[in-house]
Amino acid sequence: MQDGRLNDSATIDLPALAVERVSHSYGQRQALGDVSFTVPQGSFTALLGPNGAGKSTLFSLITRLFNVRHGAIRILGYDLNADPGEALRRLGVVFQARTLDLDLSIAQNLTYHAALHGLPASAAKKRIGEILATSELSARLKEKARNLSGGQLRSIEIVRAFMHRPRLILLDEPTVGLDIRSRAAILSEVRRLVKEEGVSVLWATHLIDEIDDSDQVVVLHQGQVLAEGFVPEIVAREGAKSIGDAFTRLTGVRAGTTEPAELRA
Amino acid sequence: MSETPVEHAHPAPIRRGFPLSAYLICAGGIVWREALRFIHQRERFVSALVRPLLWLFIFAAGFRQVLGVSIIAPYQTYILYEVYIAPGLVGMILLFNGMQSSLSMVYDRETGTMKTLLVSPLPRWFLLVSKLFAGVAVGVVQVYVFFGIAWFWEVQPEPPGYLTALPAIILAGLMLGALGMLLSSLVQQLENFAGVMNFVIFPMYFASSALYPLWRVQESSPLLYRICQFNPFTHAVELIRFALYQQLNGQALLIVLGCTVVFLGGAIIAYDPARGLISRKRQ
Repeated sequence: MQDGRLNDSATIDLPALAVERVSHSYGQRQALGDVSFTVPQGSFTALLGPNGAGKSTLFSLITRLFNVRHGAIRILGYDLNADPGEALRRLGVVFQARTLDLDLSIAQNLTYHAALHGLPASAAKKRIGEILATSELSARLKEKARNLSGGQLRSIEIVRAFMHRPRLILLDEPTVGLDIRSRAAILSEVRRLVKEEGVSVLWATHLIDEIDDSDQVVVLHQGQVLAEGFVPEIVAREGAKSIGDAFTRLTGVRAGTTEPAELRA
Repeated sequence: MSETPVEHAHPAPIRRGFPLSAYLICAGGIVWREALRFIHQRERFVSALVRPLLWLFIFAAGFRQVLGVSIIAPYQTYILYEVYIAPGLVGMILLFNGMQSSLSMVYDRETGTMKTLLVSPLPRWFLLVSKLFAGVAVGVVQVYVFFGIAWFWEVQPEPPGYLTALPAIILAGLMLGALGMLLSSLVQQLENFAGVMNFVIFPMYFASSALYPLWRVQESSPLLYRICQFNPFTHAVELIRFALYQQLNGQALLIVLGCTVVFLGGAIIAYDPARGLISRKRQ
């Protein structure tokens, strides 16, 4: 596993992520209630929900920052509670908040991440070259992370998530705080990497325009899964004109905003 | 809420585990990052050295005439006060370094960089122990630079003493670093860290044998003497003091070892998502 490649032929029929009847509470307040859905291998799945829907809580559970107390989460069949190491080695994460060390260079940040996954510096260097082959950031590897713009920092975090060749990538609202151009660039970069690397993606967002017609969607609202399926399926099921319209019918919240639809009527 | 029964639709795939090399690479990466951060924060290095040197140059010079130190183990003869407080100042370096490491863990948690560490697939206990060793490695470098400067200030143990002191310095560093790690799990915000200074660092340092022999303390206050005896920092200082003069203080060794196990065990539990305080505090 010196370059991070894993022979996972036995997991070929398993979903990349299976969330099974997961509940989570903060004291008396329930953040997630009996949440179940799957992310098929090789799919781009959008976890669509307004702010406060429970997306970040769910991500904290999938990344094992919080313990799964009710229900189960499996990554390529590996139970997060029973086999955390096997599950986490197949997972790459981009958190909503920036998690790069701004005092280290880009290369140092990426090499550090590789080391945390047991990859030697030589393998990390080769991998950085592969992922950033066509990126202008490859010329800035020795620069400190604090010299980069918000969009560039986010790009490096996405590269970092791919460093150890995970099979599933989680991205928690990765375009928050970015301008429209950077948002589009990040989204297309992730879609390109997903295609090239053949990984599965769970992309949490509250912005409807980040969803493509070919994507699978999980609609999460107030800690409950309200719909799951491919975009055309959900649209047809709700008798809606578009996924944005379906989202509004399901949640009462206008797509792309957190403002209740009825308040604007 | 009752535990939800979950159907196991798929048998668990093969568990492969990690080779030893993965553990070594991971630990090396954590130490390397800590060293890089230390190099980038030059003022941290300077202040870590200036603090004990001020005590050595100014405080000890003033107290040399006031506080007589009689012949006590491990010393074979009358010694200068500077010689007496040198192991205590080494302890001070390790104490501040341990707290600095815990401060950086609170900072990492606030900025989010801690998440990068915690989502590593290697066991959480291993990550924390590696982080602890990384902090100690930085502390050991500071201690030996201090020894180098103190040599010119008449603090001159026999050369083999510097070698025999190394395991004691590492063990004391581990104990104090583990304490700092445990505290970092209890401190919610960076601003609260000033409380750690007031309620942990200063009491630990002053209620110990770092600045004055315990028999002197006993003469003036039996209660304070008892407190000093219960203070693990006292035993860390004594372990270093004896080791610097090529002797082993068995009692100090056992207490420091025991405290290290307790503090580290507490930190590992606190950072464990299944049992820890970290996730509960967000709730």
